[in-house]
Amino acid sequence: MSGPPAVWQAAGPVLAPLAVALAAISIIVAAAGENPAAALRTLAAGSLGSREGLAMTLFYTTDFIFAGLAVSVAFRAGLFNIGVEGQAMAAGIGIALAALYAGALPGALALPALALAGAAGGALWALVPAWLQARRGSHIVITTIMFNFIAGALLGFLLNGPLGAPGSMQPESPAFPAAAAMPRLDDALRAMGMTPTDTPLNLCLPLALAAAFAAHVLFERTRLGYEMAVLGASPPAAAYAGISPARIMMLAMILSGILGSGLALNELTGAQNRLILEFTGGYGFVGIAIALTGRNRPAGIVLAALLFGALYQGGAELAFERPKITRDMIVLVQGLIVLMAGCFGARARSGEA
Amino acid sequence: MVPALEFIGVTKRFGGVAACNGVSFQAAQGSIHGIIGENGAGKSTLMSILCGARRADAGHIRLDGRAVNFASPRGAIARGIGMVHQHFMLIEAMSVLDNIMLGAEGGPLLAKGRAAARARLAALERDHGPAVDPDAIIADLPVGLRQRVEILKALIRGARILVLDEPTAVLTPNETAELFKLMRRLRDGGACILFITHKLGEALDVCGRVTVMRRGGIVGEFDTAQTSAARLAEAMIGRPVEAAANDRIRAPGAVILRARDVRVSDPSGAARVKGVSLDLREGEILGIAGVSGNGQSELLEALAGMRPIAAGTLAINGAAIDARARNPRAMRALGVMHVPEDRLKHGLVADFPASGSAMLGFHREARYGGALLDRAAIEADCAAKMARWDIRPPAPNLATRGFSGGNQQKLILAREIERDPLILLVGQPTRGVDIGAVEAAHARLLALRAAGKAILLISNELDEILALSDRILVMCGGRITGERSPGGTSARELGLLMAGAADTAA
Amino acid sequence: MPDADMLLSILASGVRLSAPVLCACLAGLWSERAGIVDIGLEGKLLAAAFAGAAAASLTGSAYAGLFAALGASLALALLQGYAAIQRGGDQIVCGMAVNMIAAGATALAGAAIFGEGGRTPGLEGAARFTPVFAGQDGLAFAALACVGVTSFILFQTRWGLRLRAAGENPQALAAAGISVSRTRYGAVAVCGLLCGLGGADLALSQAAGFLPGMSAGKGFIALAALIFARWQPGAALASCLAFGLLDAAAIRMQGAALPGLGPVPVQAIQALPYILTIILLAGFIGRSAAPAAAGVPYKKE
Repeated sequence: MSGPPAVWQAAGPVLAPLAVALAAISIIVAAAGENPAAALRTLAAGSLGSREGLAMTLFYTTDFIFAGLAVSVAFRAGLFNIGVEGQAMAAGIGIALAALYAGALPGALALPALALAGAAGGALWALVPAWLQARRGSHIVITTIMFNFIAGALLGFLLNGPLGAPGSMQPESPAFPAAAAMPRLDDALRAMGMTPTDTPLNLCLPLALAAAFAAHVLFERTRLGYEMAVLGASPPAAAYAGISPARIMMLAMILSGILGSGLALNELTGAQNRLILEFTGGYGFVGIAIALTGRNRPAGIVLAALLFGALYQGGAELAFERPKITRDMIVLVQGLIVLMAGCFGARARSGEA
Repeated sequence: MVPALEFIGVTKRFGGVAACNGVSFQAAQGSIHGIIGENGAGKSTLMSILCGARRADAGHIRLDGRAVNFASPRGAIARGIGMVHQHFMLIEAMSVLDNIMLGAEGGPLLAKGRAAARARLAALERDHGPAVDPDAIIADLPVGLRQRVEILKALIRGARILVLDEPTAVLTPNETAELFKLMRRLRDGGACILFITHKLGEALDVCGRVTVMRRGGIVGEFDTAQTSAARLAEAMIGRPVEAAANDRIRAPGAVILRARDVRVSDPSGAARVKGVSLDLREGEILGIAGVSGNGQSELLEALAGMRPIAAGTLAINGAAIDARARNPRAMRALGVMHVPEDRLKHGLVADFPASGSAMLGFHREARYGGALLDRAAIEADCAAKMARWDIRPPAPNLATRGFSGGNQQKLILAREIERDPLILLVGQPTRGVDIGAVEAAHARLLALRAAGKAILLISNELDEILALSDRILVMCGGRITGERSPGGTSARELGLLMAGAADTAA
Repeated sequence: MPDADMLLSILASGVRLSAPVLCACLAGLWSERAGIVDIGLEGKLLAAAFAGAAAASLTGSAYAGLFAALGASLALALLQGYAAIQRGGDQIVCGMAVNMIAAGATALAGAAIFGEGGRTPGLEGAARFTPVFAGQDGLAFAALACVGVTSFILFQTRWGLRLRAAGENPQALAAAGISVSRTRYGAVAVCGLLCGLGGADLALSQAAGFLPGMSAGKGFIALAALIFARWQPGAALASCLAFGLLDAAAIRMQGAALPGLGPVPVQAIQALPYILTIILLAGFIGRSAAPAAAGVPYKKE
């Protein structure tokens, strides 16, 4: 329960995946007949070496913190939520409905209303599998996979029909009203008379960090966190202690869905300003890699999210410079890191108190 | 004559601890050889080496005078060693025949092997008695028959050395008698049987010679015709056994817990407790004896609020407990504390630091903070418990799994007893703990009784029931089959009641 | 209104579409019967499709493609098996990893080797499998044959008995002197080969080449079909055919109106297998129980 500061505890596990990532990238790049050292330089410079690169890295980091926290809060209670992707899609639908139909909310209320609508969508999409697991014993891994596909189909149907932009052949909604745009870093820079970064980095980053801090308090300092950890580590002990598994499962999944909605908020109000297909970009699955790498600790998750943010941004720069090395390389590297976590971190699913 | 089986200086270490240390003994063909010792004495480790599941660090085993060293269970089976594990190695969803064939299928296609296995099964049953339907599904068979399938499995592979690991723990006395009959028949047929047990009476009954193990080594070997249970017990424990001083001189107090016609079903809907009524009075220990699996566990968990009660009524101090209050939280609030039967499954969280386990079930209480936990208070509370109960090491931050069984059990007893229970429900308080912890646990329970508390004790150890109880109820098949006072009964009489014999004394 | 011709053509294409799903479903059946839950079917299908199309395109031979597909999927299966069996890793995590590795590696290698955004060049002639009978090619018949073979091996042979034992109670198998990990590796290898067959069918028969992400959730549909089939080979055939027909109907009936219901959105039909699976898992239409030890890493004492 005590020990070195959480940040240092969390940093250790992130170093091994970092090494794996760098080694794998070097090998892949060499196999493609390019210079690994140059590629790694491009990766580093593209993700951390400029204001723009850094801002984009932090934009992805925001997505990944939310996704990683969403996976980890469920992990804590012993639930493997593979459905963050679908929950984020449902959150996106909620956000779009609020943005397009809530009418003229005063500016100050518009964004909180959107966030609430998104949270409600994500929570609802997580709650059904949770209820099925708690009350009907349906395996949550399978049900959340199925819910991802159902969310995808629903999103496709809405964008091709009721929510589609009139007159557009693209599966996308009309643009959101101006009040639905999250304040961006660029707005602040402009206000201070500095050069904008021309990136979508926005207020969701501090929100994500606040969520990470809240998750830390939840896990380490609260009765609810203790009850979640008991259930995650030993369901029979939870039954003995009078902890209702159904209540904890549903609460954990609701929190997971709400955290997952942060991903949708960041993408839709921060960058897209409309609802589009595949705006989740597989980031819900990246959340699994983040939670495993960060060992279910919020500080570790923030660091892991930063690592993956840099990889995604650096990978995009690399692909731009060397078209043969597409950004898919990062998905491959992420798979290798998850495989490593699977090999060496078999205890990942139970919450450690 | 060359012994059928010989252990020579067999040693096995886990980490730095020697589970078996230079074990040497022999067993002859056509004999039943007992191996007795407390939990953790090294019996199971020794047998796992014999059946090829583990390899010895030093020493070796001889079969018929020839040294063997098994790399896997396969080698052991091939050399005629048949192991009947305490937890049956059967596949519940499959038939008896398929279970018996597994690993000895008689060729790549099952059809031929099935016919052969049927024929051999029929032959074995001619020689050794009662039949098991080869097409029955294991899940549908009672425990006694499942054990018979395990023995048949070994015999059909031509086992000449049969190892039975605590085979009677799950049997009724009747089934035990049947098993002993079979064992004697096999012995007379020339088999060498190793009978592992911690029940001295059974060892004296069925074995010719008995080897006693303690702390990984052999402390004595006895001819059962020339020894007594007391001498075996002394060898097993290492000193004369002292029963906890139990002065049963008190008038029964008022009824604290009243249960009437309580029925409990398991999640699959099968009735496990079929109408139990009992009165638990203040200042008494009410013992419930029974063969494991006869509804005692379900009764205990139902009274603790962990299992729903299908029918019947409960009252504490005359006030009815309605269905909404029948959950662990509400029962604790009413003063019903619970030392569960399986401490690592229910009573503790193995991965948590001891301080996290020490508040399990009471974690909602104000002294631990509230919605926001007070970490300092939690650790201080655990440290205080460790000091008062002599729990070692006194380290609240050490993972619960790092403590010995006895210290884990003391942590649970401390947690439940210090909360000043009105009623204490206790299941298997001394299973798998060392003698020191047994004595401490018994003393604390007797002190609690002396303080006027009501204690319901469930144990598979008849000796423990007899030593501690003021009254004894016997359960069989989900029902109470008799009530006795410890002074006016014997282990033999209780055994008959545990087997479901009609209660003639009532 | 759909007429008879349309129904017939839906039927034929439904059978065709169900072949890769059937392969993946049988693959999952082998793996899960032996106690390894496999959510990496999708990744293995995709890797096989890419390897098959790449090899066929480079050699001009569909058979070279088939072998490459089998090999790629087998290699991934063994990697997944190493993590889940040898290292005792979480099976869900291992399956997830395989999906990511396959998605990343195929698109990356496709782009690096062929340019064209990760696609392989279109395959034609001897580089593809073509129908041999009733509009179905050899791979589809091979998939069909696998149903019978699987059923025979699982229930009539020594290997099958041991394999099912590994999925129900691995401790009992080990006590009988049989290596649990070797048994599970065998099952995982067959799982890889079956996914390889399915992937080859996707890229060399249904399509003429590889497209990034072309498995398009078929590995997960196979998982759903497996649950529907209650881990029985014959029932797996039935549920895969049913899902294939749904898929064909969804394509043909785009925008068509059903009597009394009006136009049915194509997404609703596409989502139907997933919705049905959830209803089944919820226990509203009977129960479907997995092998008792599926998902539990086996640790030797």
